[in-house]
Amino acid sequence: MKLFLNNLRKRDYLYMLVLVGLIVVMVWLELEIPKYMKDITPLILSGAPTSKFLKIGAKMLLCAIASGVATIGAGFLNSRISASFSMRLRYNIFSKVESFSLEQIKRFSTASLITRSTNDVMQLQMFLSMGLQVAIRAPITAIWALCDISSSHWQYSVATAVSVALLIVTIVIAVALAMPKFKKMQVLTDNINRTAQENLEGVRVVRAYNAENFEKEKFEKANDALTKNSLFTSRVMSIMNPMMNFIMSALTLVIYWIGAIILANTPVSQITAESFGETMSFASIAMHVVMSFMLVTMIFIMLPRAIVSIRRLNEVLNTNSNIVGGDYMGNTNNVGEVEFRNVSFKYPDAEEYVLRDISFSISQGESVAFIGSTGSGKSTLVNLIPRFYDATDGEVFIDGVEIKDYNLKALRNKIGYISQKAIMFSGSVKDNLVFGDNGKNEQTNEDLDEALKIACANFVEKMDGGKDAFISQGGTNVSGGQKQRLSIARGLARKPEILIFDDTFSALDFKTDKKLRSNLKKYLASATKIIVAQRIGTIKDCNQIIVLNDGKIVGKGTHDELLKSCSVYKEIALSQLSEEEL
Amino acid sequence: MPRPDRRSFGKPKDTKKAFKDLFLYLKPYVVAIVFAVIFSIIVTIITLAGPSFIEEITNLITKNITNIPLQKVAKLCIIILTLYALSAILNYAVGFIMSTVSNLFSKKLRKDISRKINVLPLSYLDHTTHGDMLSRITNDVDLISSNLSNSIITLLTSALLLIGSVVMMFIKSWLLAICVISLSLLGFVFIAIIMKKSQKYFVRQQSSLGQLNGHVEEIYTGHTIVKAYNAEEEAKEKFTSINNELYNSAWKSQFLSGLMMPIMALIGNIGYVIIAVLGAILCIENKIDIGVIASFTMYIGYFSRPLNQIAQITTQLQSTLAASERVFEVLNQNELENENYKTQKIENCKGKVVFDHVRFGYNKNTPIIKDFSAVVKPGQKVAIVGPTGAGKTTIVNLLMRFYEVDGGQILIDDIPTTNITRENLHDLFSMVLQDTWIFNGTVKDNVVYSKENVSADEVVEACKSVGLHHFIKTLPNGYDTMLSENTSISAGQKQLLTIARAMIQNSPMLILDEATSSVDTRLELAIQKAINKLTKNRTAFIIAHRLSTIKNADLILVMQNGDVVESGTHKELLEKGGFYAELYNSQFED
Repeated sequence: MKLFLNNLRKRDYLYMLVLVGLIVVMVWLELEIPKYMKDITPLILSGAPTSKFLKIGAKMLLCAIASGVATIGAGFLNSRISASFSMRLRYNIFSKVESFSLEQIKRFSTASLITRSTNDVMQLQMFLSMGLQVAIRAPITAIWALCDISSSHWQYSVATAVSVALLIVTIVIAVALAMPKFKKMQVLTDNINRTAQENLEGVRVVRAYNAENFEKEKFEKANDALTKNSLFTSRVMSIMNPMMNFIMSALTLVIYWIGAIILANTPVSQITAESFGETMSFASIAMHVVMSFMLVTMIFIMLPRAIVSIRRLNEVLNTNSNIVGGDYMGNTNNVGEVEFRNVSFKYPDAEEYVLRDISFSISQGESVAFIGSTGSGKSTLVNLIPRFYDATDGEVFIDGVEIKDYNLKALRNKIGYISQKAIMFSGSVKDNLVFGDNGKNEQTNEDLDEALKIACANFVEKMDGGKDAFISQGGTNVSGGQKQRLSIARGLARKPEILIFDDTFSALDFKTDKKLRSNLKKYLASATKIIVAQRIGTIKDCNQIIVLNDGKIVGKGTHDELLKSCSVYKEIALSQLSEEEL
Repeated sequence: MPRPDRRSFGKPKDTKKAFKDLFLYLKPYVVAIVFAVIFSIIVTIITLAGPSFIEEITNLITKNITNIPLQKVAKLCIIILTLYALSAILNYAVGFIMSTVSNLFSKKLRKDISRKINVLPLSYLDHTTHGDMLSRITNDVDLISSNLSNSIITLLTSALLLIGSVVMMFIKSWLLAICVISLSLLGFVFIAIIMKKSQKYFVRQQSSLGQLNGHVEEIYTGHTIVKAYNAEEEAKEKFTSINNELYNSAWKSQFLSGLMMPIMALIGNIGYVIIAVLGAILCIENKIDIGVIASFTMYIGYFSRPLNQIAQITTQLQSTLAASERVFEVLNQNELENENYKTQKIENCKGKVVFDHVRFGYNKNTPIIKDFSAVVKPGQKVAIVGPTGAGKTTIVNLLMRFYEVDGGQILIDDIPTTNITRENLHDLFSMVLQDTWIFNGTVKDNVVYSKENVSADEVVEACKSVGLHHFIKTLPNGYDTMLSENTSISAGQKQLLTIARAMIQNSPMLILDEATSSVDTRLELAIQKAINKLTKNRTAFIIAHRLSTIKNADLILVMQNGDVVESGTHKELLEKGGFYAELYNSQFED
């Protein structure tokens, strides 16, 4: 409920007010029409002239048209309200996700966040667009019509009430039985999907291990569970339609019957020509009552899905970013120094630390490399600097100030982070290079050209349109190596004080790797360079090399020093180059 | 991933064939369906008879208003109520039967498709995307099952109801019938026009939605970069502009399609007015009884409802047929050859492998492997190297008979691989591929996989020997941690898990296809040691682009353009100074 209230504007409330007004008019007119039946019947029986019927007919027609216009107006408002609601909700979800930390994104999983921002919001929009009108209309119709009926013989009201009660009981029982299974449905469908997907992706492995039967059993288990579940719900839900039909038809009949009994028990002298007309019009009105309750059931059928979506969206909206910036806007005199003091890190809920007691300091303009085997924690370590994660213990300082005191934007403006996996966005090459905001002036064309040159991304000149050439989503129209060079250029174009290369070089061929390193030295001497690498060749010339093993620092120094002093480093070196090549 | 729109109105290519396939598959359920059909015909007849009874009651009352024959009325009412109750029960029976049929039917379809996946030749699977196949298993099957059960019965009853009500109306009063029916038809034309108009906005909405999904996907996937470059505002701006567009097309399409209901209601009301007024006039002129007015108001409902439903079902049926066509396209594919007749079997495999003038191409016109011959002695470690596209992985595909050779043959222990079953052949190899494959399950499940009777110690041992033990211990539940897309596990770690899996398999021969390419070199060296232990006295095929890893192979086959251009040991090949030496030295060029 709160979710709905928070995402509607003042204008929407005004719309809603008008909507209620229109629906009242609509209901009034619709209930008015059958009443004319009451007037017509005695006229028939008394043999009135045609002109009288035409007059009543004209009035009825007017009512019908006016009611049609009101309904259309209501539909208009309704669609604006629900579209505007979903627009705002979608935006709020999106900005919330934008504020999440990496760990939170991982916890939700990117795929799940995508479906939440798109499908779940759409689901709610549909629910609102169908449900809103019904929710307003049904009770008004029901109350109005019941008033109309009850002003006459009570027997009619009782008949109607019994039918409605029967209807509600049927629906409540059916929904109560089916609801828990409905909730399970999505999970079971996902399960089927995943099992089949795994089978498809691993088809070679499946065959090579002769595991066809293993996979078949896995799928059949998922298939059985889904079928059992959906068989139950659809069997239960298929009671609804026959039951409703029965109740409606029976009600009409019973009202006629009651009418006959009432008439039979009325003294002959009091019987007017109108008496039976009343019965006929009540039959119509009662139908409206039952109909409106039936529409309410539609909401109940849609409700479980909507509730699931609401819950999923609330999960996102109620999560607050666990990485919050401070107020310090950054100091411009003292730049590019990084210091780690006794930093340890573990993922929430993990048993063991990924990083343990890490301390080092880097001064301006230095180039420092981190090397170690897979899982040694080197990538995690550099991810602590832009606060993608926060250290579990210990502190990280930039320019002598603890990074938690920095305004997040100011902190990240000091840093040029280049990831292992090059990420491109759809748009031109230029859009990709000037991506984001570096807190300084807009980069000029010369800046971009220089960044491209340093990053060895000369191929851009040869692309159709140069810097205006189009990059498709995910960068699928450029090669992996080209993507990597563009992402390096993007980092350089920000002109940051600290450059972080998070295993960026491994995807480059040896030649480009070397060229790039000499360019960095030549053009970006004043920037601090932090490099995570796998190849010894990439980092041989760094001022300082820090060797990590199982999350701990096991060596610190230059290449030559480490070769003598650090056995882990020597092992790594020997695994790549032979003795004589060193 | 944005899912394909379930309601997309695809059109079948060959309607007749689609129908035939579908009905052949429905055969086991034919008896149940026939029962459902009979029941629903009875229900329809009762429905059509209803208004006539009401008419009779009305006439009974109005004609004898001062002396109502209550007994007669009561008798009639009880008869009708009984009929209604019977109709409700039959109706539920129909619902029960059809929901059972459709659920069992879709279960069977899903099962058959999944079975099919494991018996289809890879040449077919490699050419279909997974998303496409998955959407056949879920979306298409769902569409078929939910529409089919509805369509058959609804189409039938709707048609009956439509014809029946027209006939009844004409019997009661042809003049009233003509007026009312022509009015309803007019309304339908009007609705059709509006639907056509709103189509434009639906298309626009769909495209905005697609754009929005694309943007969301891109920004969420690139979250790190968006954060690192302070691009949140920029992303929000773009989002807002697409979102506004979506708002505009969304409310318009919703409004226009929402017009259908009020228009239907309006037509219903006008019809009601016509019946009341015209009926009254006819009644006074004694052309009809007053009861006809009552029954007409019901018949007009029976007439316009099925008209509406038939229109919906034709589009539904069309998309159902298109979906079933997509499903049967898979089910009707040729399967791998049944090999039960093969009696030859390799048991205690020594590991001699001979490639004898092997020829192969993924399509017949462009051969990939032209004339490949090699002899591998038992226990040798064979490395296959060469530039991308030289045909290295193809050799594995042929060795495992994922694809069949076009010419020549491959022999294991001097028996051609085509003489034994694929199952027997696959038992001879443990395989680790470049594309690491981890499924949803615990770490242990992933390592053990389909092998039976594996002890916990063996699992730990295998993980230790690939250097994963420490990492697994850092996971929340150690070896019982569920591996899913949410678990943070690197590509290298995944690869190590698959190597551990191969170790558990413990087959006589080993294939490593770029198995260590996402593992760092030091670890690779450690794995090599583990593998060396494992491959002692076993034949192993190692495909690698990192030449440092295969220096100690017994035999290096250098491939170029589908043929072996050089072979020998690392030392021999370097001394030779040919293609291999060139490849090797390019690593160190400055």
